[in-house]
Amino acid sequence: MLTIATGNKAVAAAVKAAKPGVIAAYPITPQTEIVEQIAEYVTAGDLKSQYIPVESEHSAMAACIGASAGGVRTFTATSSHGLLYMHEMVHWAAGARLPIVMANVNRALGPGWNTWAEHSDAFSQRDTGWLQVFVSTVQEAYDATLMAFKIAEHEDVLLPVMVNLDGFALSHIMQSLETVEIGDFLPAYHLPHAIDTENPLVYGPMTGPADYFRFRWDIERSMRDARGVIADVEREFAERFGRSYGPTEDYRCEDADVIVIAMGTLGKEAEVAVDRLRDEGIKAGSMRLRWFRPFPDLDLARREVVVIDRDYSFGFGGVLAHAVRSKTGIAPYSVIAGLGGQEVTYNDIADFVRNRHPGEETWFGVSDHV
Amino acid sequence: MSAIPKEEYLFKCTSACAGCSSSLCLRYVLKAAGPDSVLVVPACCTSVIQGIYPGTAMNVPVYNIAFAAAAACASGLSNALAALGKETNVIVYAGDGGTVDIGIQALSGAFERGTDFLYICYDNEAYGNTGMQRSGATPLGARTTTTPGGKPTAKKDLDRIVEAHNPPYMATACSAYPLDLYKKVKKALSIPGPKFIHILAPCPPGWRYPTEKTVEMGKLAVKTGTWILYEREFGKLTINGPSKAAMKRPAPLEEYINGQGRFKNLSPEIMDEMRQQVEQNIQRLSREEAGVC
Ligand SMILES: Cc1ncc(C[n+]2csc(CCOP(=O)(O)OP(=O)(O)O)c2C)c(N)n1
Ligand code: SF4
Ligand SMILES: [Mg+2]
Repeated sequence: MLTIATGNKAVAAAVKAAKPGVIAAYPITPQTEIVEQIAEYVTAGDLKSQYIPVESEHSAMAACIGASAGGVRTFTATSSHGLLYMHEMVHWAAGARLPIVMANVNRALGPGWNTWAEHSDAFSQRDTGWLQVFVSTVQEAYDATLMAFKIAEHEDVLLPVMVNLDGFALSHIMQSLETVEIGDFLPAYHLPHAIDTENPLVYGPMTGPADYFRFRWDIERSMRDARGVIADVEREFAERFGRSYGPTEDYRCEDADVIVIAMGTLGKEAEVAVDRLRDEGIKAGSMRLRWFRPFPDLDLARREVVVIDRDYSFGFGGVLAHAVRSKTGIAPYSVIAGLGGQEVTYNDIADFVRNRHPGEETWFGVSDHV
Repeated sequence: MSAIPKEEYLFKCTSACAGCSSSLCLRYVLKAAGPDSVLVVPACCTSVIQGIYPGTAMNVPVYNIAFAAAAACASGLSNALAALGKETNVIVYAGDGGTVDIGIQALSGAFERGTDFLYICYDNEAYGNTGMQRSGATPLGARTTTTPGGKPTAKKDLDRIVEAHNPPYMATACSAYPLDLYKKVKKALSIPGPKFIHILAPCPPGWRYPTEKTVEMGKLAVKTGTWILYEREFGKLTINGPSKAAMKRPAPLEEYINGQGRFKNLSPEIMDEMRQQVEQNIQRLSREEAGVC
């Protein structure tokens, strides 16, 4: 069905289609619309889930852990400080191998209070064992949320998935949305290690140095296997519903001399910049990174690269720029732009390309080293 | 005692200290709950006494969870079981630290939401797992590794905090009275909604008394009126047998205090304050039971 929706409403619509048994959530701007919309579905009887209005995000994730282990599909949504507040449980969910799906509406961190887009919240959970996908349109928010359940619950993965969408720039933007009849796209929830009183097991007990690392390796093994599962699920989704996705979305990259790499809405904006640059005779392309974990292999042979980071690792550099550099050996021009919702237009992105200095870092809007 | 089933859900191979009363209580809790039960356990001594992977002393499913998260995790589990149409008991077994300190927010939230589960706090009056630091439940004057001079403030009144949530059932218990505990767990599990049991669980290394005195220590807590056994069903208070007598004629507080190393060299002022606290508690609960408020 074709409608018009915000990014938040698109996520809620996908959750409704996935029919989780339990949803536990706590409001935070700019995510609140997701949990409000889901509460409306549940109250109206359009979604038969148990809705737990928890008292904090730490408890939201703890409740999802208990529910998922108890044997039902679970969902939560958060943003920024909410994500940081649940950090302990974010690790726990992955370590407990639970296929929880969480929407994270990317937002900056205080102080000062800033509710605008930034990717530092998600990147602060980089090493937790969650799969992370970043979307750029309302349609993609819907599609990625649906696929997230299937990927997370696949027996070769059994890890949680975080679907990231930019605060306001996508969460509150209206675009067209085509919802689908999912049919049997999502199989019934099956967790091989669900709690079963007929087969009493102890979960997460004290585990010594001779065993602990094996469980960690098992997470990494599943992360590696997840690449194939993601590709299969995205292929099946394309066959069934006609929209295809991959680890990156490449735009005019085939013959490009210089490629812009960015994530989320800035990655989409870069496509317009590429068109402008092409008009000027600069052979530019754009590669929007969708999957941040597992991090994809990038084919950038013999190109110059401009990376836009909407995040920063203090005392180190742009997180994405360094990831690209360590994965490809290419020293990109690293641009730090869009922090806390700082406006970055396609003209600005085109400027980054025109004025690039490979191997260097610049902060957009900061002219000097002050 | 003949009413108590012979089936064991906590085997003898635990790694609890000698004379540990909280593990003894867990044994009775599980006998009352039976095999269709799941235990949710935050970081505490109970995470240790289960044993180390791949071995376990437990014979019901145990979900170990982070220190602050027990009540919230149990909430999710309880709702999942409801979604699946199962009537499995969900029981939190948490220490005092995981209840009155770091876990109190999750506890409060779960009770306010009316979660169908039983929350049991076994209270050894300190952080046992990490080597006996003070908790909010440590009594006035008690020495712990972080209150080497004795705790300067009173024990947090957890039961009145829980009471403020109006749960359908709440009770206190003590490890020295296992049949009383057994009955309370049975009763709690027969009632839907959030239930709470607060067990005083003497701890030989923490309280610094000889291991063979564990039962005696619990009895003295009750006989001196320091710990009062009661039930509150839909708001109505009933004082239980052993405490009825103790509240009329409490044994001298010294009988309880003097046997414990943690109360060594208490000043007369602190001792007076403790006596007053015991007296106030007895009066408050007696008045309430008699319907005089
Ligand atoms: C967030 C967090 N902070 C601190 C700890 C360390 N820790 C583990 S158990 C514990 C004390 C537990 O005390 P209590 O709840 O009274 O249970 P007991 O050990 O006495 O049985 C502490 C401080 C932890 N596991 N997690
Ligand atoms: S420290 Fe106390 S509560 Fe913990 S296992 Fe030892 S005796 Fe039991
Ligand atoms: Mg304790």
